[in-house]
Amino acid sequence: MRYKILFLLMFVLSVTFFGINITGAEPVPAKGGPFPEITLPVPEKAGEKEYLGLTGNKPFRISQIKADLVILEIFSMYCPYCQKEAPNVNELYQTVSKRAGVKDRIKIIGVGAGNTAFEIDVFRTQYDIRFPLFSDESFSIHKLVGEVRTPHFFVIRINADGSNTIVYSKVGSIEDSKQFLDMIIKESGLK
Amino acid sequence: MADKHYLKALLGIIAVLFVFSTAHSASEQFKGKIYSPGILKPVDSKTRLKAGMKAPDFALPSLSGEKISLGQHRGKKNVVISFVPAAWTPVCSDQWPGYNIAKGIFDKNNAILLGISVDNIPTLYAWTKEMGDLWFPVLSDFYPHGAVSKKYGVLRSDGVSERALFVIDKRGIIRYIDVHDINKRPALEDLAKELEKLEK
Repeated sequence: MRYKILFLLMFVLSVTFFGINITGAEPVPAKGGPFPEITLPVPEKAGEKEYLGLTGNKPFRISQIKADLVILEIFSMYCPYCQKEAPNVNELYQTVSKRAGVKDRIKIIGVGAGNTAFEIDVFRTQYDIRFPLFSDESFSIHKLVGEVRTPHFFVIRINADGSNTIVYSKVGSIEDSKQFLDMIIKESGLK
Repeated sequence: MADKHYLKALLGIIAVLFVFSTAHSASEQFKGKIYSPGILKPVDSKTRLKAGMKAPDFALPSLSGEKISLGQHRGKKNVVISFVPAAWTPVCSDQWPGYNIAKGIFDKNNAILLGISVDNIPTLYAWTKEMGDLWFPVLSDFYPHGAVSKKYGVLRSDGVSERALFVIDKRGIIRYIDVHDINKRPALEDLAKELEKLEK
């Protein structure tokens, strides 16, 4: 009995003092650092696959997206803030696709934390979302990005060597889509 | 004997640490206003109701001030009752907003949704205001406390209701019951599938 207690005590102490992470949650990836290695399934819709510039059907990594910048929104169809923000993100998508010189270099994707594919579809249909949305039903990506509150926007620069750097990581609205686009272009040094 | 107490205390500490690993995403909408009760016993009641039985009637005050009964929909609409445990808690705050953008699924199946919680009207008002305009009525089962939840066999021992869904057809017969793990949100497609089965 005493040994068991000792073992438990050591376990608790090691968690407390050495920061052993038993919760499975990582720190929120911050600006200047790399975005965690996540893989996503290739979209079934041909248009979305083409938009991301993917070939083949194997799960892909962010740095495989044919873009210089990837705007990744962590959202949930159940999140009222994300619902309110959806038209604004659509506007950002339109702003990007209309701006000469960046259209093919900036791509937007959404990851639905804890949402099933069905729930993602409801969200997509409700707001007529044209960029690819992915289901993260098991919260595995959500955990890797520090269990952020939603919506959280990451802007990830894909470097020439295949590595990546976060140039923006913030919870909440992107506010004005044009200003946001100008800001991330500036921050990322996109020419 | 003393050992047992230590063990209990340690298990308690470990349980608290694990609480932070609950998988749910919180909307920025509610910011720091959400109270986390931690991981709760998944189900803490036992309903005697079964699919095929007549749904117990009730009338409860709603946020709009109107009293809403189950009976008023008989012969007209299929009814989904969504009991949620408590306002301002993590999973509940991220359940009704989802239904709020899934109206099409209810309409298609000639169904309405009644949201019920044991919270009082002012609390429900403040809480649901954060969700935007809800298309479905929100009913308060506050007084006599949890009476309807109890009637449906979903009142937990601490006075809140289970996270439960009841699908009731136009004739007032229960077609589907999901007394869900309180810590998790039921997937929308499971409800959608049940609605598809109903006579419209």
